[in-house]
Amino acid sequence: MKRRIFIERSALAALGTSMAEVVFAARIPEGYLPLFLQDQDPFKLFGKDKEMTVLNRRPWNIEAKAHLLDDAVTPSKFMFVRNNGLIPQELDADSWTLTIDGESAQQKKVYSLDDLKTKFKQYSYRLTLECGGNGRSEFNPPAKGNQWTVGAVSCAEWTGVRLRDVLEDCGIKTDAVYVAYYAADLHLSGDQNRDAISRGVPIAKAMQDETLLALKMNGNDIPKVHGYPLRMVAGGWPASASGKWVERISIRNKVHDGAKMTGSSYRVPCDPVAPGAKVKDEDMCIIESMPVKSLITYPRSGAILEDRKLGIRGHAWAGESEVAKVQYSIDFGSSWQSCKLEKPVNRLAWQQFSASINFPKKGYYEVWAKATDDKGVTQPMVLPGWNPKGYLNNACHRIAVKVT
Amino acid sequence: MTDHKRFWRRERIVYRILIVICTVVLVVALIGGYILSECEPKEESAVPVEQQEYSMDGVENGIHQRTGLIAAEGLNETIVNCTSCHSADLIIQNRLNRDSWASTIRWMQETQNLWDLGENEEIIINYLVTNYPATEKGRRENLKNVDWYKLEE
Repeated sequence: MKRRIFIERSALAALGTSMAEVVFAARIPEGYLPLFLQDQDPFKLFGKDKEMTVLNRRPWNIEAKAHLLDDAVTPSKFMFVRNNGLIPQELDADSWTLTIDGESAQQKKVYSLDDLKTKFKQYSYRLTLECGGNGRSEFNPPAKGNQWTVGAVSCAEWTGVRLRDVLEDCGIKTDAVYVAYYAADLHLSGDQNRDAISRGVPIAKAMQDETLLALKMNGNDIPKVHGYPLRMVAGGWPASASGKWVERISIRNKVHDGAKMTGSSYRVPCDPVAPGAKVKDEDMCIIESMPVKSLITYPRSGAILEDRKLGIRGHAWAGESEVAKVQYSIDFGSSWQSCKLEKPVNRLAWQQFSASINFPKKGYYEVWAKATDDKGVTQPMVLPGWNPKGYLNNACHRIAVKVT
Repeated sequence: MTDHKRFWRRERIVYRILIVICTVVLVVALIGGYILSECEPKEESAVPVEQQEYSMDGVENGIHQRTGLIAAEGLNETIVNCTSCHSADLIIQNRLNRDSWASTIRWMQETQNLWDLGENEEIIINYLVTNYPATEKGRRENLKNVDWYKLEE
């Protein structure tokens, strides 16, 4: 095995003389094949629909389009992919272990996946996972990073054991503050001493019924790209809190300080700032619950109607809260009509809305959707508060329609 | 045996010993080199190995085909220094001003093992800000690139 890698590396370096040089051939992590030797087709590689948009090939970042998200339970082929590092190549469920440790764990314990399945009861929930940076592409001045439009959100059915049950099995000290994950993905540079991402949630969120150590997604093994064989799932929070390929969970006695917890990562200014303002790291606060938001998933934007009637539908979600109402407007927000809104199937699941529109005359229209949560907080029509990293854009979704 | 012959015989022995020593050293060096390359620490700070001319390798309509980057002054330095960890897609989808490109480089140096770019930093930032500059988008743009289709219900 080792010898094979040695030969491969020499071969990779040698390629440099013939074609594009692999500048850091020696630094390629063991078991990782460079992209041009991998299956280049991400749709085949990850079983994604051809209409999905690839934003970045290394690390892999792929988003859906609004109309692809029409299902109440998002199928894997339409689920966005967000990676901060390199997807682990070798994932063996039989030998997989989960270690629970940390300053505030009464004892350290190691579980196999079989231990988790036999010791603890399993639960299923539909959980909304939205990337903190969904909608980043609209911010002005622009924010760096993957330029997500609207499609970095999903609501799959996750099945697994409650994180709380496992933490309690180890014992939680009274000074516990945060629950952090460590995972098997590799740092982009190949540095094995750095984590690609190691985030988590405050102890109160970790103790919720719906916070899972998931073993299945939509009734099947979790797809490799979505965290097989074990994923922490904390619905309603930035999806980065839901660690994929989880190997270790630490009960911390302070706010977790892992990779992408500090600086400006997954943080917004504690106090509102003017667009383009420079914000010091110490004035940035960690994003917790995601904001209220909605998406029109039918019809696809660009519909030309021959008749003046149109049925629309979509989903609405509100982080830790429930959506209380969804409205639509066909006159650029001058007037709003109510949509029919379903209750969530469980807490933290997105809710379905629908409406029948009658357009008064022919012409160009935009259908706007606006959700309001159970605390009366609603979606803005323009961009919400600017922040340096372009998180939390929950401006209303719009589709274009022409009546002929 | 003449003195002359004795001298040459002694000399041959010396040569033979030398050859054996050299062979042993060579074998040890090869084995050692192999073992060292296996144990090479992966956390060493990254340094660009050497620069290769990329700019002429497949440019069509002003776009460098392999990476998708705009072919312009600074392309080489950008490819060599900016695409060994992440793909060029990450550059191409971003539009930033000089300060933001510079702070992106700082962030990568602090957290992503990017090396000191030296005199290439200026060249790279100039390339980025010239070819991928921040654009004024206002608080909400018009809906763009609408793909019109007849809706059959």
